[in-house]
Amino acid sequence: MVEHIDLSQVNWARAQFALTAMYHWVFVPLTLGLSFLVAFFESIYVRTANEEWKRITKFWMTLFGINFAIGVATGIIMEFEFGTNWSNYSWMVGDIFGAPLAVEGIFAFFLEATFFAVMFFGWNRVSKGFHLFSTWMVAIGSNLSALWILVANGWMQYPVGMRFNPDTARFEMQNFWEVLFSPVAISKFTHATSSGFLLASLFVLGISSWYLLQERHQVMARRSIIVASVFGLLSSAYVAFTGDEAAYSVAQRQPMKLAAMEGLYDGRTSAPLIAAGLINAAKEPGDKQAPFAVELKIPGLLSLLANREAGSFVPGVNDLVFGNKEHNIIGAEERIEKGKIAVELLRTYKEARKAGDKDIANAALKAFGDYQDNLGYGYLNKPAEAVPPVGITFYAFHIMVITGTIFPLVFLFFLYFQAKGTLSYQSWLLSLGILCIPLGYIGQQAGWVLAEVGRQPWAIQGLLPVTVANSNLTTGTVQTTFFIFLALFTLLMIAEISIMLKQIKIGPEEN
Amino acid sequence: MIGNLDYSTLQQIWWIIASLVGSLFLFLTFVQGGQTLLFTVPRDAEEKALIINSLGRKWELTFTTLVLFGGALFAAFPKFYATSFGGAYWVWMLILFTFIVQAVSYEYRKKPGNFLGATTYEAFLFINGSVGILLIGAAVGTFFTGSSFSLNDYNQVTWQTPYRGLEAARNFFNLSLGLFLVFNARVLGAMYLINNVEHAALADRCRKSAWKSFLWSLPFLLYVVANLLFMKGYALNPATGEIFLQNAKYLQNLLGNPVTLLLLLVGLILVIYGVALTCFKNKNNGIWFSGIGTVLVGLAVFFLAGFNDTAFYPSSFDPQSSLTIYNASSSHYTLTAMTYVALSVPFVLAYIAYVWKQMDSKKLSLAELSSEDAEEMY
Repeated sequence: MVEHIDLSQVNWARAQFALTAMYHWVFVPLTLGLSFLVAFFESIYVRTANEEWKRITKFWMTLFGINFAIGVATGIIMEFEFGTNWSNYSWMVGDIFGAPLAVEGIFAFFLEATFFAVMFFGWNRVSKGFHLFSTWMVAIGSNLSALWILVANGWMQYPVGMRFNPDTARFEMQNFWEVLFSPVAISKFTHATSSGFLLASLFVLGISSWYLLQERHQVMARRSIIVASVFGLLSSAYVAFTGDEAAYSVAQRQPMKLAAMEGLYDGRTSAPLIAAGLINAAKEPGDKQAPFAVELKIPGLLSLLANREAGSFVPGVNDLVFGNKEHNIIGAEERIEKGKIAVELLRTYKEARKAGDKDIANAALKAFGDYQDNLGYGYLNKPAEAVPPVGITFYAFHIMVITGTIFPLVFLFFLYFQAKGTLSYQSWLLSLGILCIPLGYIGQQAGWVLAEVGRQPWAIQGLLPVTVANSNLTTGTVQTTFFIFLALFTLLMIAEISIMLKQIKIGPEEN
Repeated sequence: MIGNLDYSTLQQIWWIIASLVGSLFLFLTFVQGGQTLLFTVPRDAEEKALIINSLGRKWELTFTTLVLFGGALFAAFPKFYATSFGGAYWVWMLILFTFIVQAVSYEYRKKPGNFLGATTYEAFLFINGSVGILLIGAAVGTFFTGSSFSLNDYNQVTWQTPYRGLEAARNFFNLSLGLFLVFNARVLGAMYLINNVEHAALADRCRKSAWKSFLWSLPFLLYVVANLLFMKGYALNPATGEIFLQNAKYLQNLLGNPVTLLLLLVGLILVIYGVALTCFKNKNNGIWFSGIGTVLVGLAVFFLAGFNDTAFYPSSFDPQSSLTIYNASSSHYTLTAMTYVALSVPFVLAYIAYVWKQMDSKKLSLAELSSEDAEEMY
């Protein structure tokens, strides 16, 4: 199927996708959460008819708008990049993957685009009630956008509801509902959106903390802190719950990713959870080196979290690469061998069909049926290629979890001191509130690095490696667009941060 | 009922849906056209602010329609998505860059601390309205003139030129279609502003601008239409699946499909009628006639390319690699599922129309720009 694989081109394409996705995800989580916070503020305004709440709404709405614009700018490329840089992927799974993307456009993007104008320019053009409705529609539309793209991403992590069609050489959808309600898709959606709510709460909390430290706009800051802390605390609980679901789902469906997340090479029963550690970068699958230079273990916890059963067996990298007969695990080594046979049979079938030789074609097709589950592995050259970068996956996972653990405590402190009426005097806490903004962004990025690096080398888990998924381009072409994106997005982000800081400095309009 | 539709009917339905989204996009390029007027039509900063704020309430609709056009093609014709985007890499990338810079420009142009200065963001808008639309037109032109690619047995694309799609802009037919779309967008942009903005002097200048842009568009339109009528086209032999060059293919398509002919003629008449109303009768509603006319002409163009056993994305290098709506589509199952989803499109169009009406019931005026909500304005 692949005559020539240009690895450096593939890697530049991966780098470009990572770059554009990471930039996009700087802005999206804030949109997801801030849209709801603005809707909460406006709902309170409409209920109380208190102009102060309108002022609060408008201030956060201004920051929402600045962030939203660059989210849209960085988002358009994500859709088209599947075609430009991953054209084989687009053909091979477009039959399944294209549908959620189109549904996203119809159901979600138009909600956002249509009601956004009302939200910003409709204060005096539509009724109060319709304006509030529009603000809610923007919030719902933004989050629905996330639903569909995460359904698509969930499908890439755990492909269900389809079959391979050897005639068209692509995967074709068999069951739309299975794709939509895949457990991975659901946990991806709930975890990603609730983490967005969390980030937006930190954003509001941090900026309000700065106002309190500056002794400016104190009424607005305190009110914002109350709403953001409650929303943030609830979101944190939900993030933890959905995070546990997502990790369980990874353990059951992407065991290699779980092994990399925990730096687990030799599978075992009653596996410990590594709370923190320093990875041994020289470690390779199958060698005798220790996986960690330093580690802090919690005995037995990984088995409990991964399988919801204390003492259960959790496979490690080595089991998944070389196989483990005792636990009925077929390793990548064996699957590659079978995969190579599948690739060869597919080629024989295509050639025989072209030549009109029905007997050979039918025989090849029949035999292909026995091996096709391993087709994706047939494009790997050695078993170690089935292992994602362990260091990046491990650190990303731990950074995400550690930052996510700090935030609910911060919200609790804010609520406690706010209730006591001494929040303004807790400069340590207010400073921590500001620090939580960058920490929140780091946690967000770490989450997606984990999700995407951890499933390498697969574009579609177990079926399509990135080396087969990409477009037939030259390295120089992709390098050029990589650097254009880097320059352009960096420039636009500098502008965005500069505008954002200026608006925060100006603050809400004073009556 | 949808569940019983046969495969080829679904493929045709999806070509119609994709064509409709593409044609609506062409209407909504009044935003892009309006952006190209920024440096010539307004006389002062206030007039410029009026134009920006008027267009700024619609730009996302155009943008989203483009995104949906991409999504619909991905879902319904993934082989086109893979072949064209992965092959004609540079042309699509350049188009996307112009839309990336557009997306921040309305919001950031007047905001303090915007780093690049207002003029840069205005230049971004101009580039999006001119280069972006020109390249989209050139890309659509290749639906007729063909591109230089081949597909292997696994449907993987190899592009035959190092220019990666930019070579389309060297073909005068493609270039003419692109330039026609740029001038048509300017006509629509000027008409939209006349309809949406309360400013007599600005409206007068928009009328003159609409007329001038219309005159500029004519030679390119005539060139495109004349060529379409006489050029060879890539025809599909439905019995064998073979692609072959046929004389005056698109003229045959036009005569063989009265609906397409009607769409083209009515569309052109409506566009001209809208211009005449605007420029000679001093009416403000020309945008609706010319806008709907543009949609109809767009539909005719896409129907000419895709229906009547025609390859809608032909390969001039290897005609047998050409894409038709039959060999490039998603599976029967996916098209069926997607058709159920598409039943919601009228609902979406209805709420867009409702909100549009609510927001535009009162024209945008200078007074509003300096009202208590001035801070929200672009």
